[in-house]
Amino acid sequence: MPLLSYLRAINRALGDEMERDPAVFIMGEDIRDALTNTTPGLLPRFGPDRVVETPLSEQGFTNFATGAALAGMRPVVEYQIPFLLLLVLEQIANQANKISVMSGGQASVPVTYLLPAAGWRPAWGGQHSDQPYSVFGHFGVKTVLPATPADAYGLMVSAIRDDDPVVLFAPIGAHGIRSDVVAGELAPVPLGVGRVHRPGTDVTLLATGHLVQDALAVADALSGEVSIEVFDPRTLYPFDWDGLFSSLARTGRLVVLDDSNRFCGFAAEIIATVMEERQLLAPPRRITRPDSAVVGCAPELDTALQPSRDEVISAIRLAMKS
Amino acid sequence: MKVSSALELYRVIALIRRFEERAIELVRSGEIASGIHPCIGQEGVAAGLGAALRRDDVLFSNHRAHGHLLAKGSDPGALLAEMAGRVNGIDRGRGGSFHPSDFSVGVYGCTGTVGHGAPMAVGAAWALARQGTDRIAVSTFGDGAVNQGAMLEALNLAALWQAPVVFVCENNGYATTLPVGRAVAGVLTARALAFGIPAASHDGMDAEVVHEAAAEAVARARSGGGPVFLEFVTYRYEGHHTFELKAGLQYRSPAEVAGWRGRDPLVLQASRVDAQERARIDASVESAVEEAVRFALSGERPSPATALDYLYATEPRPSRPGLLSTAR
Repeated sequence: MPLLSYLRAINRALGDEMERDPAVFIMGEDIRDALTNTTPGLLPRFGPDRVVETPLSEQGFTNFATGAALAGMRPVVEYQIPFLLLLVLEQIANQANKISVMSGGQASVPVTYLLPAAGWRPAWGGQHSDQPYSVFGHFGVKTVLPATPADAYGLMVSAIRDDDPVVLFAPIGAHGIRSDVVAGELAPVPLGVGRVHRPGTDVTLLATGHLVQDALAVADALSGEVSIEVFDPRTLYPFDWDGLFSSLARTGRLVVLDDSNRFCGFAAEIIATVMEERQLLAPPRRITRPDSAVVGCAPELDTALQPSRDEVISAIRLAMKS
Repeated sequence: MKVSSALELYRVIALIRRFEERAIELVRSGEIASGIHPCIGQEGVAAGLGAALRRDDVLFSNHRAHGHLLAKGSDPGALLAEMAGRVNGIDRGRGGSFHPSDFSVGVYGCTGTVGHGAPMAVGAAWALARQGTDRIAVSTFGDGAVNQGAMLEALNLAALWQAPVVFVCENNGYATTLPVGRAVAGVLTARALAFGIPAASHDGMDAEVVHEAAAEAVARARSGGGPVFLEFVTYRYEGHHTFELKAGLQYRSPAEVAGWRGRDPLVLQASRVDAQERARIDASVESAVEEAVRFALSGERPSPATALDYLYATEPRPSRPGLLSTAR
């Protein structure tokens, strides 16, 4: 069986959707040379009008994509560095995402914003290592964070086909994952539907993106001690509350593993809503980056701020004490 | 200019003028809760530009957009209802005076983030050309927009990719209260020229001058000649926004305003129209605007229960929208 890598899955989703729908095109920096490895092979297949290399003009080309979408296209826009998404937060959250409402439903903006290098790359320092996905959920922008190659393929396809703006974060920590995938079995993954990677009965360990692998490793390591259910929402917003609540109905305990900063981060919202709506057996716990984390260039400073498996193990044991 | 064109320009200018005057009255009476950014004094630009465009051409406007929509063919009643926040408005009361859009006449949106509609217009123009149509896109903006990075990025992308887009700068002398001389370094049109985009400045108080320049630019863009930048020097007689009716700001002298009133685009175009024809047009405009007011004020106000409608075009929708939800 062929092994499919994470970025290869995204590349494949792009190619399949461009083949299926002539309105789909991709634009971004250095994409002709496939710098981020999402676009190999697409230029010769589809030509420069559909693999549109842009100058360094993130705000300009983000609104360009909105205009093209309103005129009937389905753009995919790639950004190389996580914080570039905050340079264009206005264009995504205040322009593209509001047009459906502000036009009274006359128009929609089917743009996919692709961040192929989300989050942490060891020692790349303060301005290349953020994970700003919580912000997009805050503003109501559909946000997906695939953990596996099959989900990367399926969520990418669904994001492109969705008539609303969707941001797809492809965490660097997941790039190395290769899965056995039968080509014919690759399929769209619906937005807003989570996935139980491993069933369990004692604790729900909600993990996202590359941290799903850490969650599975911890669940294995503690398997003699505690039965951990690993739940991956896959779409951060809109969130799959039904999926999480049915997991909590089985376990009654919750630990959230989240790569964003702690304050007002994704995990905070999950825990707040669970506390409003469910009775748990123990206080929920979260493992995140620290408040206002600025990741260092020295590897020791860098990894010190990343969520670690040791922290997850401690949180699981704390949850099991009550 | 042909008599019929002169008449049509006069009709559109008169329509916009009366529409805006009545809208200000509706602001004063509280029917338009947001207030408005009136375009009185700038009608010649809207009328001349509108006459150069087809209904299926695309327009991205800004916060001062009523004239652009009317010149593009929007129904005055549906626009006024929108401004009054009624469900019979073009955007069902969700766009308001600040962000109206009317896709039936090619008005794809009005952004309040100054200058940021320009790259949207470039993207739409690029898409229309790649789809094999001869439709073009237009971006209208004020002098305040030319200092935005997004505007310069838009000019660069338009020139690089030869998008069929016309940039229309309505230089009314002020970015809210900031005079253009304290905001714009160098020559305004030189910014477009630097990207290899043909650019020229014209009298924006004369609708026939505007129409001629716009028609030439539109023809160039439509025939594959790439982007064009037009500056129209104009003036707004009212405040930036109707809050100035109460705010009493002093950034312009009465003498300056009076001087520009001496070049009123309505009076200028009226002078080119036969008196009998003018009276006929004035009467039809008056009844059209009164009918628009009647239509707008007869509209239902939206139910608060619909406040989150149209948030998304497709599923999935958030199950806990907050505003209206309580815990299960």
